[in-house]
Amino acid sequence: MKKLLISILLVNLLAACASQKPKEVVSEAPSKPTAETSSGATQMAEPAAPTTPRVAMDPLSDPNSILARRSVYFPFDVSAVQDVDKPIVEAHAKYLSEHAERKVRVEGNCDERGSDEYNLALGQRRADSVKKMLEVGGTRDSQVEAVSFGEAKSRAKGHDEGSWAQNRRADFIYIYK
Amino acid sequence: MNGMKLLRCFCLLMLFCAALPARAALNIEISGAGEHQTPIAIIPFAGEEKLTQSISGIVSADLVRSGLFKLVDPAGKAPHEPREVVYADWVGTDALAIGSVEEQPNGRITVKFRLLDAVRQTELTGQAVSAKSDQIRAVAHRVADLIFEKLTGDAGVFGTRIVYVNRQGKNNRLVVADSDGYGEQVVLSINEPIMSPAWSPDGTHLAYVTFEPGHAAVYVQSLLTNQRMVVANFRGSNSAPAWSPDGQQLAIVLTRDGGSHIYLVKPDGSDLRRLTFGGTIDTEPCFSPDGQSLIFASDRGGSVQVYRMPVDGGPAERLTFEGKNNFSPRYSRDGKSFVFSQWNNGRFYIATEDFQSKQMQILTEGGWEKKPSFSPNGKLILFATESQGRGILATVSSDGRVKQKMSTQAGDIRDPMWGPFLKQ
Repeated sequence: MKKLLISILLVNLLAACASQKPKEVVSEAPSKPTAETSSGATQMAEPAAPTTPRVAMDPLSDPNSILARRSVYFPFDVSAVQDVDKPIVEAHAKYLSEHAERKVRVEGNCDERGSDEYNLALGQRRADSVKKMLEVGGTRDSQVEAVSFGEAKSRAKGHDEGSWAQNRRADFIYIYK
Repeated sequence: MNGMKLLRCFCLLMLFCAALPARAALNIEISGAGEHQTPIAIIPFAGEEKLTQSISGIVSADLVRSGLFKLVDPAGKAPHEPREVVYADWVGTDALAIGSVEEQPNGRITVKFRLLDAVRQTELTGQAVSAKSDQIRAVAHRVADLIFEKLTGDAGVFGTRIVYVNRQGKNNRLVVADSDGYGEQVVLSINEPIMSPAWSPDGTHLAYVTFEPGHAAVYVQSLLTNQRMVVANFRGSNSAPAWSPDGQQLAIVLTRDGGSHIYLVKPDGSDLRRLTFGGTIDTEPCFSPDGQSLIFASDRGGSVQVYRMPVDGGPAERLTFEGKNNFSPRYSRDGKSFVFSQWNNGRFYIATEDFQSKQMQILTEGGWEKKPSFSPNGKLILFATESQGRGILATVSSDGRVKQKMSTQAGDIRDPMWGPFLKQ
């Protein structure tokens, strides 16, 4: 029994080491000079208390910007970006093309009406289709990682269209290293 | 007597079994009955009252769970030897199992039992089964298997194991357990989803998918050493591992080259070869028992259907034509049919189809029924379903008559697969 517990511990350690989830420290301000600022203020290199308030208006932090929209939705069994969502994808594409240092992970999701494996593939197709549209809009391949969770990380758990519609979704997750 | 062979079998069993809890991790409910239920009396074995668990009790539970037997209450009668049996006492009973248990000085136990035909008043079989004294359940399952085989003509699966994923909140555990829910062994416990576990043909390894690197990746883990290897961790999704019958390679699904396609790879991740092409989704590959073909699910024709192709590449033949979509095909052990999950009328059903006749049979009433797999004797199908909002497992006999529900105390269980016979 002890041996089994030690083995499980070791496996968990291995798993922890293998995890490569990028850290998302959303509160960190961008430090590169290319960051847009509305008032022309210089870059904030140090997080020290500023003497005058600096407003680094990175559009990604602006809740009123279209870039605040981080999800697009799909009809059943469809992976093409819908007309109503095209402006969102195009806006992110434009932003990424103008900020070559920015990286984003597009995560595809599905509702439960397929096998887990088919849903993983469909979610990937959704993520890939969004990525393609980003690239058409000027984003570089190296800026976008397209992944799928299928139905494994579904947001809504009901067996009804209300839940299903929420789960048929691709999300933009910006990565701050 | 095949004592030596059995001893070797139990040495292997000991490697797989952790200290066994007295309580099952899974709660089992049976419904339905076989076309014929053989009335059988399992007389408590002489000496078993000294053990921590009742061997005749475990044997009885195994046989009842199969749906093919009706237990006759011994009502105080306790023969242990054939000469002690009064056949006139057993009218209405077809078979009697009697025997004794001996604790050996070296810490082993030996069960000697006889199976008697109560109608013809003859002995059908007599065997001795031996193991270490902490392997009582394994010994009892072996006795049940021998009785089952003698009376039905099919090999018993009471000594086999299943794998499944138990999810509670963010925590996911990959678990191996006896097919009756005892002997739960946690193989992996992480805070990322785990899916698609697949037994290697010899039962020593599991292949599975986790999202630890931030996307789906395929791993192989040894059940003997717990050592893990990454099989595939390319961009996009890496998933759906399936072992070849010789255990030398895996079929997997990768999205790194556009679309979702089937590749072959060695368990250590080397020698990658692509098998399917195009922009569609091909997934859930499964090798035929002779290793020559793969069946898989594909949406190349519009809807998701089951196809078959030669393992060294070549055109695929469509196999399913009914229902809206058909997923998750798995070959039967004799290669003559396959089981799959059909989406139709807003539900999932478990169905089988015969290759030759192309006849399809729906075995369940429909619900969220996914991921079917055959028991190694081909007589039972294990699958994932839902009851009262929780993920549970279920089995159905291949003729659709006998059903079981297997639920856990906490969390959801899903992604099951029935393991192989242990090598003897």
